[in-house]
Amino acid sequence: MQRARSRWHIAVFLAPAVLVYTAVMIFPLFNTLRLALYSRIDQERVFVGLQNFKTLFGDAVWSEQFWNALGNNLWFFFIHMLVQNPIGIALAAMLSHPKLRFAALYRSSIFIPTILSFVIVGFAWKLILSPIWGIAPDMLDAVGLKSLFAPWLGKEEYALTTLALISVWQFVGIPMMLIYAALLSIPEEVLEAGEVDGITGLSAFWKIKLPLILPSIGIISILTFVGNFNAFDLIYATQGALAGPDYSTDILGTFMYRTFFGFQLQLGDPHMGSAIASAMFLIILIGVCIYLFGIQTRLRRYQF
Amino acid sequence: MHGALILYTLIALFPVFVIVINSFKKRKSIFREPLSLPDAGSFSLVGYETVLKQGEFFSYFQNSMIVTVVSLFFILLFGAMAAFALSEYRFPGNKWMGLYLALGIMIPIRIGTVAILELMVSTGLVNTLTALILVYIAQGLPLAVFILSEFMHQVSDDLKNAARVDGLSEYTIFFRIVLPLVRPAMATVAVFNMIPIWNDLWFPLILAPAEATKTLTLGSQVFIGQYVTNWNAVLSALSMAILPVLILYVIFSRQLIRGITSGAVK
Repeated sequence: MQRARSRWHIAVFLAPAVLVYTAVMIFPLFNTLRLALYSRIDQERVFVGLQNFKTLFGDAVWSEQFWNALGNNLWFFFIHMLVQNPIGIALAAMLSHPKLRFAALYRSSIFIPTILSFVIVGFAWKLILSPIWGIAPDMLDAVGLKSLFAPWLGKEEYALTTLALISVWQFVGIPMMLIYAALLSIPEEVLEAGEVDGITGLSAFWKIKLPLILPSIGIISILTFVGNFNAFDLIYATQGALAGPDYSTDILGTFMYRTFFGFQLQLGDPHMGSAIASAMFLIILIGVCIYLFGIQTRLRRYQF
Repeated sequence: MHGALILYTLIALFPVFVIVINSFKKRKSIFREPLSLPDAGSFSLVGYETVLKQGEFFSYFQNSMIVTVVSLFFILLFGAMAAFALSEYRFPGNKWMGLYLALGIMIPIRIGTVAILELMVSTGLVNTLTALILVYIAQGLPLAVFILSEFMHQVSDDLKNAARVDGLSEYTIFFRIVLPLVRPAMATVAVFNMIPIWNDLWFPLILAPAEATKTLTLGSQVFIGQYVTNWNAVLSALSMAILPVLILYVIFSRQLIRGITSGAVK
């Protein structure tokens, strides 16, 4: 019954998506990489080759800011990997217990912070941790730990870690849900076979379930990586564009925003901003490649 | 085990709870007993009055609503059309097209912000909701195409071929037969995209910061920045920003959780 139909409909189906995606995402992406090679001299856009990158990495003021932001970003990522993902896995393991009551209630409640905007989350925690309001010191006082309290968001040595932990609090729902889904897809027979061999409870988790969910752990790691190296909102909402105190919470996203958009008296420089965006692009690309070629191919996927 | 889960649930809900209960209290009670519920003596709506008088919250809310709903509509329509083309027809370059569209799943659109701003300036779209909508469509399409084409592979070929025998056009087959069958997957895609679009601060800040186009997220950010010392107003503004998302979540949480746990994002 295959008549020689016209094939135009394929183009019609594809065109809108491809056009919008190309025009608003792919083209600007490459245009940003291109703009990094230009500079504005006497009101005119001039091609300067790699000059912006030389400034970014060679100039003492610029390179110090860049490495500071990158270092902070790595620490931000490190905290997420170390705190968010293990807590997420632990919660998922508890939730997937077949005899657990109220599982749906716990699941929905723990996911609530994830749906809130950074503005809400940032300010809510800022108020709670504020020494003026006194909720945090009073609560520590109640358990006899008042001496531990410090204005965490205002101190250089604590601010970044505090923000990372706030972000962990917000996003723990995502690894929890993905791992939960992976745990549910493990067939009963596999676990029963383990039980016959006397592997139950915690050791069943370590010896059977954990190896089976490794691919999902890989996925949440790369999602965390991309999300963290592209983060901006939480820092901007709580600490402003200057990422204070004294740039101690500056990450690549806030650094790029400040550079290309300007702040207070400093004028924005789209070309240096593009150079920073290119560096971020490279970092994310390297991370994604390490995951795709180094990690994902080595994790064995089990098909049931 | 219940102990650990209850503890974590409390940690997750505590900040939201504290913000909301204190938004209904008098200034003195906010500071004196921040953890107690509002009662007859401490109840006050003064914060909400300030917010409603000073802020353009209804207009911000309307902007957020328009941007989110219109973006979602086009993400779903364009995404489903492209997914149908990729999963239904064999044509040269099919695989490459799929890979090309999938690039955007891993590469964040924010990297291209400088050039996006330039594009919007040159087309005169700065400070319009259209600019935001275009960006969110582009941002949402890759994952939408990916998820929807997985589901479209499962629609039975017999059904489509029977329709072809009956002389229905490819467009009719898509809109009348395939779209209704993948509705659950479309709901999943919608819920996944809804939250990041509603909550985004970056693009509203850069592309549409004008008073008339502020979204609720940007609007509350600016409002709170101006009223830092007016605790009643800040707490009420936060509660008002929490409410719409919370309502959406209650409506869609089943869909969202089913979407995640059905393995749509593997």
